[in-house]
Amino acid sequence: MRRARSLAGRDVNLALKDISHNLGRFLLTCLGLSLLLGIVLAMVGIYRGLIVESLGLVRAAGAQVWVVEGDTRGPFAESSRLPADTREVVAAQWGVAAAGGVSYQNVEAQHRGQTKRLLVVGAQIARPGEAPFVIEGRPILRSRYEAVADQAAGLALGEQIKLGHDTFTVVGLTKNIVASGGDPVIFISLRDAQKLQFDLTPAAARREAVRSPGAAGTIDTVNAIVVRLLPGVDAKRFAQDIARWKHLATLTEEDQETVLAGSVIDRARRQIGLFTALLLTVSTVIIGLIIYTMTIDKKKAIATLKLIGAPDRRIVGLIVQQALAMGVISFLTGAALINAGQGFFPRRVVLEPADAMTLFGVVLIVCLLASALGVRTALKIDPASALAG
Amino acid sequence: MAEQPIVEIRGISKHFGEGATRVDALREVSLDVFPGTVIGLRGPSGSGKSTLLNVIGCVLEPNSGSMRLNGELVFDGKWLRADLRGLRLEKIGFIFQSHNLLPFLNAWENVAVARILAGASLAQAKSRAVELLTYLGIERRKDAMPGELSGGEAQRVAIARALANDPRIILADEPTAALDSERAGTVMDMLRRVAAERRTAVIVVTHDEKIFNRFDHIFSLRDGGVEAPQFEAA
Repeated sequence: MRRARSLAGRDVNLALKDISHNLGRFLLTCLGLSLLLGIVLAMVGIYRGLIVESLGLVRAAGAQVWVVEGDTRGPFAESSRLPADTREVVAAQWGVAAAGGVSYQNVEAQHRGQTKRLLVVGAQIARPGEAPFVIEGRPILRSRYEAVADQAAGLALGEQIKLGHDTFTVVGLTKNIVASGGDPVIFISLRDAQKLQFDLTPAAARREAVRSPGAAGTIDTVNAIVVRLLPGVDAKRFAQDIARWKHLATLTEEDQETVLAGSVIDRARRQIGLFTALLLTVSTVIIGLIIYTMTIDKKKAIATLKLIGAPDRRIVGLIVQQALAMGVISFLTGAALINAGQGFFPRRVVLEPADAMTLFGVVLIVCLLASALGVRTALKIDPASALAG
Repeated sequence: MAEQPIVEIRGISKHFGEGATRVDALREVSLDVFPGTVIGLRGPSGSGKSTLLNVIGCVLEPNSGSMRLNGELVFDGKWLRADLRGLRLEKIGFIFQSHNLLPFLNAWENVAVARILAGASLAQAKSRAVELLTYLGIERRKDAMPGELSGGEAQRVAIARALANDPRIILADEPTAALDSERAGTVMDMLRRVAAERRTAVIVVTHDEKIFNRFDHIFSLRDGGVEAPQFEAA
């Protein structure tokens, strides 16, 4: 009954009164803690962003099946190279709606006096693998020296950028298509990509020709063939049929995502998970010490309350409510800070409500655990010490 | 018909430690305190004054003897009530040397909190707090925080808190130690008024000779024993 009154605000709430008495100190403590919890949220957000970005590149291809070099797991896991004319063979199979050859390569380009690291995707025009969802401008229509860049590259429509020996004009822009490492993606035609990959300087070309004469003229390769199937065709079955050709391997979209999850994302999850756990442990220790210090500061008040007849639940409530208030205020402030500042992070931060709610629950548990030391100290305070002068 | 004592102590003993380290803080102490009286407990340091106050306040368990508070046998070789905090809330008001007001509550809230602990609503508790602060002449300072009150004002608020639940017993531990003679006299006059008007038994531990003439009886303690009352107030 008394508890109900307290919750309904018809009582003198000792926790709130104590907080408002030391409001400046309490808010400063919350601010410090909010930065810590904000970092925890940001790390979870970066991890989610990493997943979205990594899978985004796979999903951007819009493929149900990936045909790659035999005995490999595709270009996102390891080197995969196959002749470009494999596309025609694959496209001729029953059930194929469309197929396109794609290549992936990381390049560094000079732009406005800065070095930009980009993932160059070479794709065939109007075939699977080309830039999806061009939000500004148009897709690539000519096979030479046109590019569609992601906004993250910082390129404007009509702007030019030099890749290798050639200069490309940006004709379209995409949004949120970046590599798993965070590098912005730039789409060019497959032919340009092959040239970019294999064009050597004259001196290097002469040296290569001398070293391995037979190798010259074999630049018409791709890293993978991406396949869209006709409605009703089973992707797994199709992949199994193609994989029977020994020089090819296949992955469904699900397999490809699993490969990424197993390599790039899993490692990031371990690293971010470790740091998140460490930060939460540090937060627990900090909240615990702050609550303990606040309890020690109130030792005489607690002894007096006990002496005049306050039950233990009242004392415990005072400490636990303060710990929870600290956790809730810090979490909300941290979330607001990260929400406002996520555009300034070098990596994409994706804050999902479910993650935020889970972390909020964890913070509440952390607060309860952290208040245990303060509660234990408070319960051990002898009421007679109030009379000790 | 003769009035019954509110505090009735018979053969109370309390010792700390055992064997060579044993210290007898109280030895077979017997004491009666009647309604409407203000008694003083004096004695040198270590004489057992504070131990006796803690025993009467039900915060320290004696080793033997019996104790009756307001007619209820509360100790007879052991505590007879499990809820000693409830017992204190119901029967005893405490006044401390340094007032011990909760620093995060204002004057009326400090008084009201004792009433709320006893189950009153906030409105009832506030009304009672204001009534007591008015009774003690400090109503105008009801919204002041403890840090804004003078020593005498703070002690009056502490007296109001001690009276919040209409206790029959008030235990005061050197309530005038931090006050000058004039304010000490005012506080003692207030306690005498409370005792007289509310038929409360007031037990005060003190060293302060300036206020000895404010007591009905003064008991001297020495080595854990109570000597006969030395004099009575005029």
